[in-house]
Amino acid sequence: MSDNRNDGWHGNDGGNDGRPVQEEELLAYVDGALDAARRHQIDAYLRHHPDVARRVEGYVAQRAQLRAAFAPIAREPVPPELNLSRMLEARRARTGAPWRLAASVFVALCLGGMGGWIGRAATEPAAGGIAALAREATASYQVFASDPVRPVEISASDSADLLKWVSTRLRRPIALPDLAQSGYRYIGGRLVATEHGPAGLFMYDDGHGTRVAMLVRPMATEQNMPMKAHAQAGVAGYSWAAQGLGYSLVAADSTRGLHPLADEMRRQLGEQARKAPPA
Amino acid sequence: MKDMLHQVEPLIPALRRYARALLREQAAADDLVQDCLEKVITYWDSRRSNDDTRSWVFAILHNLAVTALRRRAGGLGTHVALEDVDEALMASRATQEDALRHRDLMNALDALPADQRSILLLVSVEDMSYADAARVLDIPIGTVMSRLSRAREKLLRIMETGVAGAATKSALRRVK
Repeated sequence: MSDNRNDGWHGNDGGNDGRPVQEEELLAYVDGALDAARRHQIDAYLRHHPDVARRVEGYVAQRAQLRAAFAPIAREPVPPELNLSRMLEARRARTGAPWRLAASVFVALCLGGMGGWIGRAATEPAAGGIAALAREATASYQVFASDPVRPVEISASDSADLLKWVSTRLRRPIALPDLAQSGYRYIGGRLVATEHGPAGLFMYDDGHGTRVAMLVRPMATEQNMPMKAHAQAGVAGYSWAAQGLGYSLVAADSTRGLHPLADEMRRQLGEQARKAPPA
Repeated sequence: MKDMLHQVEPLIPALRRYARALLREQAAADDLVQDCLEKVITYWDSRRSNDDTRSWVFAILHNLAVTALRRRAGGLGTHVALEDVDEALMASRATQEDALRHRDLMNALDALPADQRSILLLVSVEDMSYADAARVLDIPIGTVMSRLSRAREKLLRIMETGVAGAATKSALRRVK
């Protein structure tokens, strides 16, 4: 027990050489993350502080119990659906047509299933206008807002990445309205395929299960349009266009306060556009 | 892509373990890992080259798990009776006493706030460094330390007082 003698713990309540023991070091002690010298010092400290030692012992036991409890899972054979080489092969087989295309086919199928809108849109003259935007937002909302698995592809914590991605694909700087004041928290978004090219879909939720989504895409026609209300297939929304970008805010038609929310979005987007005019 | 296979495939058992520890149901957890691997394949080439692969992959899985758990908490998912889950895990316990202790531990873990549970699992079970765990959870390392400290203290207290452990057989799993 040379530690005892050398460390000078007797009569010293702090750490070695007056260096006090940090709570963080006790955690690192439990996790085996301390260097040997400091570990010995903490060992010595614990010998003289039985109350702390009991707590640390509890942590050590707890760590061991947790590891033992979950260890069997990592020893299970990996199920076939998680076979990474097979997943890679499957992805490669699909990349003859890039997966974005696969995604657009998926959305198109959903659109088709929801009333043959594609065929209808193709026959309409103002194909890329506000009415089309509203339909696209409605379809995206129906597909994604109710998705129990993955309503958003990129979560709020990576919003900078998402904005960069969407801005690149839309070839326009895209801004994200902050609806916290209105009680809606941004949860994330994704790039979606529409009849008129890629669009950004941004999802918000009120913490009580109500989701609203904003779809944004460049407008080939009707580049500046006043706000229009629409409701279709249980989805209500407000759509408008400003400076070549079309916006549509959509939600389940039972959602209250959608109009002021859309006004607030338009106000913020207008402000952001004034600050940083599109290139 | 070969590179990815070499780096990611060895992580899969640990990914399954972390997902199951959070979601507790095998099918839901494996679905989550599958989603995670699909994302890894999609974004492999766009990850930042200096990203540590394990932290990067775990971060993807963690974010998927948070979304899944939030959905459950929102009442859209189903609450799972403890009896229905984890049977394989339970079956591997040697004795009944072991099984009870295991159940106490699971109950105690469930009683922790979600963010404390994650950090505890990443550090204790997945053997992650505090820096790596900070990257996975996208929080400063100081927050990792304070959360870990609170998590350990709280789990110890629950295990000692048996508050959560006292939950009876028919109790629903707390879903946070």
